[in-house]
Amino acid sequence: MDNTILLQSSDLAVGYKQSNGRTQLLHQDINVQLNQGEFACLLGPNGAGKSTLIKTLSGFIPKISGDVCINGLNLHDYKRGQLAKVVSVVLTEKLQVSNMTVFDLVALGRTPYTDFFGNLSATDKGLVLQAINDVGLQGFANRQLICMSDGERQKAMIAKALVQDTPLIILDEPTAFLDLPSKIEIVQLLKKLAVNNNKGILLSTHDLELALQLADKIWLLAQGRQLECGIPEDLVLSNSFKSFFEKEGVLFDNESGSFRVQKDQLKTIQVIGEGVEYQWLCHALNRIGFQTTLVEGDYPSIKTVENANEAFVLNGVDGHDKQFKTIEELLCEINIFLKSN
Amino acid sequence: MEDHRLKWVLGFSLLIGLIVVLFLLNIGFGSVAIPFDDILKVLLGDEASRKAYHSIILKSRLPQTITAVLAGAGLAVGGLQMQTLFRNPLAGPSILGISSGAGLGVALILLFAGNVLGVTVSAYGMLGHLTVVGAAFVGAFFILMLIVFFARALRDNTILLIVGIMVGYAASAIIGVMKFYSPKEDVHAYVIWGLGSFSNVSWEHLSILIPIVVVGLLFSLLLIKPLNVLVLGENYAENLGVNIKRTRLAILFCTGLLTAAITAFCGPIAFLGLAVPHLTKGLFRTSDQKVLMPAVILAGTVLALFCNFIARMPGFEGALPINVVTGLIGAPIVISVIVKRRKLNING
Repeated sequence: MDNTILLQSSDLAVGYKQSNGRTQLLHQDINVQLNQGEFACLLGPNGAGKSTLIKTLSGFIPKISGDVCINGLNLHDYKRGQLAKVVSVVLTEKLQVSNMTVFDLVALGRTPYTDFFGNLSATDKGLVLQAINDVGLQGFANRQLICMSDGERQKAMIAKALVQDTPLIILDEPTAFLDLPSKIEIVQLLKKLAVNNNKGILLSTHDLELALQLADKIWLLAQGRQLECGIPEDLVLSNSFKSFFEKEGVLFDNESGSFRVQKDQLKTIQVIGEGVEYQWLCHALNRIGFQTTLVEGDYPSIKTVENANEAFVLNGVDGHDKQFKTIEELLCEINIFLKSN
Repeated sequence: MEDHRLKWVLGFSLLIGLIVVLFLLNIGFGSVAIPFDDILKVLLGDEASRKAYHSIILKSRLPQTITAVLAGAGLAVGGLQMQTLFRNPLAGPSILGISSGAGLGVALILLFAGNVLGVTVSAYGMLGHLTVVGAAFVGAFFILMLIVFFARALRDNTILLIVGIMVGYAASAIIGVMKFYSPKEDVHAYVIWGLGSFSNVSWEHLSILIPIVVVGLLFSLLLIKPLNVLVLGENYAENLGVNIKRTRLAILFCTGLLTAAITAFCGPIAFLGLAVPHLTKGLFRTSDQKVLMPAVILAGTVLALFCNFIARMPGFEGALPINVVTGLIGAPIVISVIVKRRKLNING
């Protein structure tokens, strides 16, 4: 990995101007850095100020104080046209333009380089087609934007950012309105582009679990807290994730790197078995409020039987066995049992 | 890509062909029947078989036809620019109240002159007409300056759009109050102006209108690249190096200039500016302003010539107001085109 610093902030303070003319300071003393070939994710709960930070770094809104250096030059000193060749953006907003093809859209990314009327040279056209391929939209060049899914449209926007030929790409929650498979696809694509095309990519997102799996660096931001950054694993081990995201009823599991819903587990049940059946049985029992254990005790027990037609055997406290085909039937029986007690 | 090119060439040829045919029809038809070879002779500068033909064609039909061409092209460009700037298919050149401003100017002159000075402007003939035109232009430009002032202060285009519409309403309301307190004859004169017409424009008027519209159209060609990028919205456009504030002012000024001049001379022509961009997009199926801008200029010309031709059909005696024709004949055409396109979209 090349270690050229693309983006660096020093003692940056961000915020926005209110309608009464006063400035609302959101965060200060932000010191972050993004290198070439690096994929960083900016994570934080809603209202953390992610968007304000992203907009400040990409030059949409002025900083409050401190400095942002992009590619070695202060953001402040860039002319509009120069900046367009250094930073490209992808935003949350949905684009609905009738009659516009993927090629047309991606070609607009060449705007900073084209002539007065925006004519594309042969090189430009080649770059556009290359970028469309790079984001996995082969064969979509002449497809109308309005005939594409939200995920495909965002990929086209990423291709637009690619042909803009900037070392740095900043994305402000581009996956916010996408379904889970599309989110995974987009984040994977970004990771790939960071490595293959040697770009510095900064993505702001809510999808913590995805970021944990794919990001090189993670920047954590929350209202009223200092920004923390580091590689995902260190942030998990230092309990940063826990402290940034946990709230009442929502737990962050340091072992799996995912969220769990906190439930009152008052009753205990013994579960014996192995394999997938065992896992999902425990899942179901946890869901309805049981704590599962392997230890025998003064409570019912359930056994899973592999490769059997009736896979679940419930042994109530009265000593009788009952067999069930599905977990649903089993849960029904347990509910009846609970009510009778 | 290549089949697009072919389609565009066909589209442009079709529009140019239609313009030639409609231009000749506009010159050739009217309340007086003139033989075709006489028309050609007059147009080519030869002597016609009768002196009267000469004067009918050169003094009445030709300026009217040229006015239609200018108005159609100018308003259509204004419509395309507003729809692109505001990313709103319902926008038109009059969306920001510029036509209402012209109306306000005219109302002020017609109705105040009647009420306060006790004179009827329409009774002053040519001079009276120029006064009306001047008042309309001043009114339209006053509103345009107001909008430009707001545009400098407001960042959000949607809010600017709402402000523009509100300014238009305010102007209309003032006109309403003035109409209420004015004598019948003056209100009638105002209503006639409001119906729009291409026929009140003489060669002297054209010597003012032609340069303004030509400048406006040339200016619009310079805005092709930023307009293309603005389709993506202001944030993306800014990131691609477009100076949003300056571009927005330039677009407003361009549309404002065209609308103000055309409305002053022809009255508020409804519908053309809104409809032509939709028709053109239906025909060319592209979002590229390099194609759309010239196409819209040609299509606007075609539609204006067509409406003017209908208004001048024998029997109507040129008395049919242009807004009646654009509304009654143009609207169904546009609706059918758009509905047809929608069907195509659903099927494929």
